[in-house]
Amino acid sequence: MQKNADAATLMLVNNPLVEVHSSSDFNEDALFSASVLSPFSIAVIDLLSTISAKIIRNKLITLYPDVLYFAFWCSRKNLTKLASTYQAGSNRFGRGVIFHIAPSNVPINFAFSMVAGLLAGNVNIIRLPSSNFPQVQIICDAVVEALDMPEHKLLRNQLLLIRYPHNKSITDYLSKKCNVRIIWGGDNAINEIRNSPLSPNSFDITFADRYSICIINSAFYLSYQNKAKIAKDFYNDTYLLDQNACSSPHLIIWVGNDSDTCLAKNVFWSYLHNLLLEKYSLSPINAINKLSDSYFSAINLKDSHLVKAEDNLIIRISIDKLFEGIENFKSSCGFFYEFNAVNISELSSIVNSKYQTITYLGFDYDYFNLFINNFIPKGIDRIVPIGKALDFNLTWDGFDLITSLSRIIHFDAFE
Amino acid sequence: MISNNLNNLLSLAPFSLAHSEKEVILNKALISLTKHHIENCIEYEKITNFINLDLNKIFNYVDLPFLPVRLFKQFELLSVPKSQIIKTMTSSGTTGQSLSKIFLDRSTSTFQIKVLTKIVSSLIGNQRLPMVVIDSPDVIGDRSKFSARGAGIIGFSMFGNDRIFCLNSDMSLNIDLFIQYLSKHKNSKILLFGFTYIVWLHFYQELINRNISLDLSNCILIHGGGWKKLLIDKNINAFDFKRQLYDICGIRNVYDYYGMVEQTGTINIECSEGFLHPSIFSDIIIRDPFDFSVVENGKIGLIEVVSILPYSYPGHILLTEDEGIIYGVDNCKCGKLGKYFKVLGRVKNAEKRGCSDTYVS
Repeated sequence: MQKNADAATLMLVNNPLVEVHSSSDFNEDALFSASVLSPFSIAVIDLLSTISAKIIRNKLITLYPDVLYFAFWCSRKNLTKLASTYQAGSNRFGRGVIFHIAPSNVPINFAFSMVAGLLAGNVNIIRLPSSNFPQVQIICDAVVEALDMPEHKLLRNQLLLIRYPHNKSITDYLSKKCNVRIIWGGDNAINEIRNSPLSPNSFDITFADRYSICIINSAFYLSYQNKAKIAKDFYNDTYLLDQNACSSPHLIIWVGNDSDTCLAKNVFWSYLHNLLLEKYSLSPINAINKLSDSYFSAINLKDSHLVKAEDNLIIRISIDKLFEGIENFKSSCGFFYEFNAVNISELSSIVNSKYQTITYLGFDYDYFNLFINNFIPKGIDRIVPIGKALDFNLTWDGFDLITSLSRIIHFDAFE
Repeated sequence: MISNNLNNLLSLAPFSLAHSEKEVILNKALISLTKHHIENCIEYEKITNFINLDLNKIFNYVDLPFLPVRLFKQFELLSVPKSQIIKTMTSSGTTGQSLSKIFLDRSTSTFQIKVLTKIVSSLIGNQRLPMVVIDSPDVIGDRSKFSARGAGIIGFSMFGNDRIFCLNSDMSLNIDLFIQYLSKHKNSKILLFGFTYIVWLHFYQELINRNISLDLSNCILIHGGGWKKLLIDKNINAFDFKRQLYDICGIRNVYDYYGMVEQTGTINIECSEGFLHPSIFSDIIIRDPFDFSVVENGKIGLIEVVSILPYSYPGHILLTEDEGIIYGVDNCKCGKLGKYFKVLGRVKNAEKRGCSDTYVS
């Protein structure tokens, strides 16, 4: 690796994934003197729409709905729409260098983090997940190709994608040099990374372990025509990422009368099961994990029962009461608690700051609004329809990323 | 009642029952044990309620619930009052993070020893033999926490006399000590015992590297711990292992065994044909991870182990994290009756779960 090469060239000369071995691999001049921009600059929108177009042309795209979603999110059309909703202030610029630490459970997360950093006008160093996700490769290929084009030349120093195995000295170096550090969970990783100090002028944006649920109106579900679509949407929220995303629901709440709920459950899980037989492969270790986790719950929880199933694809545990701390009993690869509720207000006894996403089917804004205003829940950052759990928004976990990642040079007039 | 059963079985040769006969005994014993554990172990009862178990509808042990071995690391599971516990076996998992805890009362411990003796005697005869442990004495040094390796050594040491460890603390072979020992016991069969990978790396490799040839034709080697490491790191399989050991030191009697701390006593031992056999006190079932159904012979699946010994703790029916294949029943060329199988190794580990794996040690 050429030590004194332009930092971004490091990325181009080798492969999109730059393997970093020590902090001296970084070219300080190139990296830390690159300029910041205003949020939603045309140059960045141009670059992102080029990346978007390249991804869409990739033949593998049909295998990865998450990557396709990312590509559409970065289209000129969507970015222009977002730019228009954003209130530009004068003299707002990126903060400088953002050090992003991507999570390992959601492959495309690094890309959204990168985009948020770019749109806010910053220079971005992104540490990629350690696992070899194909989604990561597809996006990185498109990024490298785009940056290689003459029309995006000016942005070559805005972006560096790196990968390195656990190495505190590199993390120390980047933490010290950056203006903002974004850590995408979980709690353990955040605690570990916080052992690497920031400089006094910098701050962390952390996305810690979260918990998500799903609420379904039984009668609405039964009358909804396209049940296969609901199964597919639910699959994308859950099994697509082995239920490991923070937004993936682990508790399913059914609202309705007993007979509607009973029938709706049978139909819902049956549709999902058929889809899983087609699309999902449960590895042996995950079958064991789910069995172990279900017995762990059996021992620790009162009033819980395993719903009988013909195979291990969907583990459902029905509970008679919602209990505080249920977020500590989650598992993955298809493991759900189920509860019949009369009204969403029953959630008020258990919602805490860990709760992030509610995905729903068959309710409207007023229904949630009433709940939110009557109970002012300690958690819940977003309420979205089933299928949109993994949708990205520039306001995430309560952070408006554009304003958080940029700064204003304030001017007071002389009187 | 259970001990009567066991005492009767102890009078039989340990591999002398055809599967159909064994099944009758196992059905009775395991259903009875299940009832006992439901009545005496709160956690076990919670599990059986959780899965809505109706024992009235169960007649074969294949339909009894199996506990994942992991549960013994997460909970202290007992089916007798704590005051009756005379021994606690502990064994760290591979990550060394949490310990399995197995609680033994007097009768369970006694029967485990009797059964182990019965099984091992079928290999080494009825007398204690001079014994060389192919490991360093440090492995059983810290009594508060044995590794699986240490537990195996302690267990087998009851078959040995004048036990020595032939590896030094740094795992180098103390060849002088070993040769001295061979000479001291030259008129006796000698029992060698060790962990498969250790035997290979620190015994066999050492003999090769130092160009030492020995005559161990009068020795019996019993080893356990699995082949995965040897296969992956050194590309050595069971056949190579035996062959190459024979070439270097003439040792013919080499037996693998498969057992676990969660079911001590009822180990499965290798026969002359290279297959593992459960004794009349235990059995093996292979399950499809897709739905835990029993797979047909010849197919890979998860290994379930059943044993009629665990009385003081609910370890009579366990789902391991190992994969294996049953090759046949009652017709092994070695002459032992019952099922015979092979262990392929640990299930492939999942990617760590949760948001970030990078920093979880």
